[in-house]
Amino acid sequence: MARIPVTKTPKVYIGGAFVRSESARTFKISDAQGAFFANIPQCTRKDLRNAVEAAAKAGPGWAGRTPYNRAQILYRLAEMLEARAGELAGSLARFGARRADAAKGVAVCVDRLIHYAGWADKYEQLLGSVNPVASRHFSFTVTEPMGVVGVIAPDSPPLLGLVSMVAPVIACANTVVALASERFPYPAILLGEMLATSDLPGGVVNILTGYRRDLVPTFATHAHLRAIYAAVGPEDRRALRLGAAESVKRVRFAGERGAQWLSDGAQGLDVIRGFVEFKTTWHPIGS
Amino acid sequence: MPANRRPRRRPRAELLFGDLWEFDPAPETADPRLKARYDLFIGGRFVSPRSRRYFDSINPANERKLAEIALAGPADVDAAYAAAAGAFRSWAATPGRERGKYLFRVARLLQDRAREFAVAETMDGGKPIRESRDFDVPMAAAHFFYHAGWADKLDYVAPGRSVAPLGVVGQVIPWNFPLLMLAWKLAPALAMGNCVVLKPAETTSITAMKLAEILQDAGLPPGVVNFVAGAGETGALVMGHPGAAKVAFTGSTEVGKAIMRQLAGTDRRMTMELGGKAANIVFDDAPIGQAVEGIVDGIFFNQGHVCCAGSRLLVHEPVADEVVGKLKNRIRVLRVGDPLDKNTDLGAINSRSQLGTIRRLVASGVREGATLYQPPCRLPERGYYFPPTLFTGVTQSHRIAREEIFGPVLSILTFRTVDEAVEKANNTAYGLSAGVWTDKGSRILRLSTELKAGVVWANTFNRFDPSSPFGGYKESGFGREGGRQGLLDYARIA
Repeated sequence: MARIPVTKTPKVYIGGAFVRSESARTFKISDAQGAFFANIPQCTRKDLRNAVEAAAKAGPGWAGRTPYNRAQILYRLAEMLEARAGELAGSLARFGARRADAAKGVAVCVDRLIHYAGWADKYEQLLGSVNPVASRHFSFTVTEPMGVVGVIAPDSPPLLGLVSMVAPVIACANTVVALASERFPYPAILLGEMLATSDLPGGVVNILTGYRRDLVPTFATHAHLRAIYAAVGPEDRRALRLGAAESVKRVRFAGERGAQWLSDGAQGLDVIRGFVEFKTTWHPIGS
Repeated sequence: MPANRRPRRRPRAELLFGDLWEFDPAPETADPRLKARYDLFIGGRFVSPRSRRYFDSINPANERKLAEIALAGPADVDAAYAAAAGAFRSWAATPGRERGKYLFRVARLLQDRAREFAVAETMDGGKPIRESRDFDVPMAAAHFFYHAGWADKLDYVAPGRSVAPLGVVGQVIPWNFPLLMLAWKLAPALAMGNCVVLKPAETTSITAMKLAEILQDAGLPPGVVNFVAGAGETGALVMGHPGAAKVAFTGSTEVGKAIMRQLAGTDRRMTMELGGKAANIVFDDAPIGQAVEGIVDGIFFNQGHVCCAGSRLLVHEPVADEVVGKLKNRIRVLRVGDPLDKNTDLGAINSRSQLGTIRRLVASGVREGATLYQPPCRLPERGYYFPPTLFTGVTQSHRIAREEIFGPVLSILTFRTVDEAVEKANNTAYGLSAGVWTDKGSRILRLSTELKAGVVWANTFNRFDPSSPFGGYKESGFGREGGRQGLLDYARIA
């Protein structure tokens, strides 16, 4: 008799641990052929709050790492993805992506991580400044992370979209609570397993699965999320902006520039610029 | 920590001049060249409002009417946006080198008429002539001059990308620095190649309309800049107009949130420069004399009508008595009165309604148990005035420690450790500015890292420069004004 394979229980990645939803609810996903694949945690606002708490706790430590160290950790994450590229591509193909597209998408994910690994210790010199003020003062402007950023990933492409949105946000020392694609959540669950083995401290990136309609309202209004980065349609955009007004939250939308996720135009310094605060310090020059 | 290094003692007696010497009046007499009536500035011309309505602009120093200002209704705001949209294509296509020349002209023409503008600003808003003459007007000219030079260097603003103007920008500015806020908003928008519809605050429209005369003299193409006047209703029309590609607002957090809600369903870009409740932190090793001057400048500059005012003094316990004693002595000699007098330190409160707000919050401070100190001073009988005010014994839950008073009122709290100072300083929904006074360099750098504020002044306070980005964290808003960073907020990145 053929061996019966051991199937994996998909879990969400919060605070460096793999957990089920507090709600104990799941939703069923099937592969491209319609066969049952697994039960996926259906996270609720309680899980989102727990994830925000974990991200807030991880924030000072992550921001306190040297840029060089953050760069190496992002590079390590790319190494983890490269080593399991076949598995990731398989997880995309299983849910309908063409094999060649899946392989290409995973390759771009790896390259994107390396791209942002390199930015971690460079953006400051390009975004910050020494200000030539017209008085006897030394005035300089540096960037700081915004804090906890909520990321809402697109359904297409589910993995490359998520990686492209999370990488710039953590490269500039923010921590993240991400909501994976609703239709294709499994690659994000695999990504969580790679985050866990990449030297990234627990809580820096938290990945939830579930329904957008359950979670968008809490993403919009949670005051400890200092920014939102979302690849969503007009209705959700409006809801996020309305909620953001209550705590003057920063809101960015992916695809605003019609970004093609695969192209180099979807990455770079101006994405990072959207997730830093500028702080200007003045000091007199003199004795 | 070198706690208690200084022996606790009563502050030394100081020579007090204020009570002993009378100052002769020293009024600034330059002619502000005011008109009796100001129309809207749309399409390069002064036009009477389609609303057919005018409102009075009052001199808050004596409650006399200065001029009447055209009130812009929906049809007027539409006309302003139409003029701006009509001018956009050709303005954006004008080479940066040439666009810059217009801005250089504006800076020079403003410098030519600096004294006239300073007097007009003081009469319209109530600020001391010393400040409008030495700060507001020269700084406004500096903003035009600085941004003029950017207009042909936009390729350097975003490394690796090219930038383009956004289109028509809607801007609404407050009454505390009317001309300067106008310059902060206008100069970067124009340098980048945008066109503008701007609304000054209803109590302080005059210098905007006077600047429109300068724009005409500079030969700025019609429609590139349009000024509409009015109160909140007109502001909502400017912010909500479908013709705006971006809106920039400076004002209260409450109104900022309302604008964010109003525009939630659009993809309008926004810059928000909102309220503040800055902590000014004084450590026991600070140069106390300089710190006291900085505290006074931080809270009494412009009668405290400053979003980044150092309105919460956090003083290290070992020097608390000394600092408070010196502060009391210092504010006894502040001169409150006629804003046009060159010796005046605190001028008039901008409006009757703002005076009411300050009085209400000060009354809440007394009611909640803080200790009030106001030096004896004679306030003019007419006009809106409020004496410099200190509150000691303030706790973090008091309204005067949490809410923006926007007046000459300082709330004093104490702390023992650096951690406690940071904790208290950051314990607010705001995050615009902060001050640190200490002799220790490493402590300055630690605090400037840990304070959640967009501007940190170390051993100084209330410094501004066109090249230096200004703007808030948290509920103090987003986006920056000044420097390369501020310029980029008016650009589309391609």
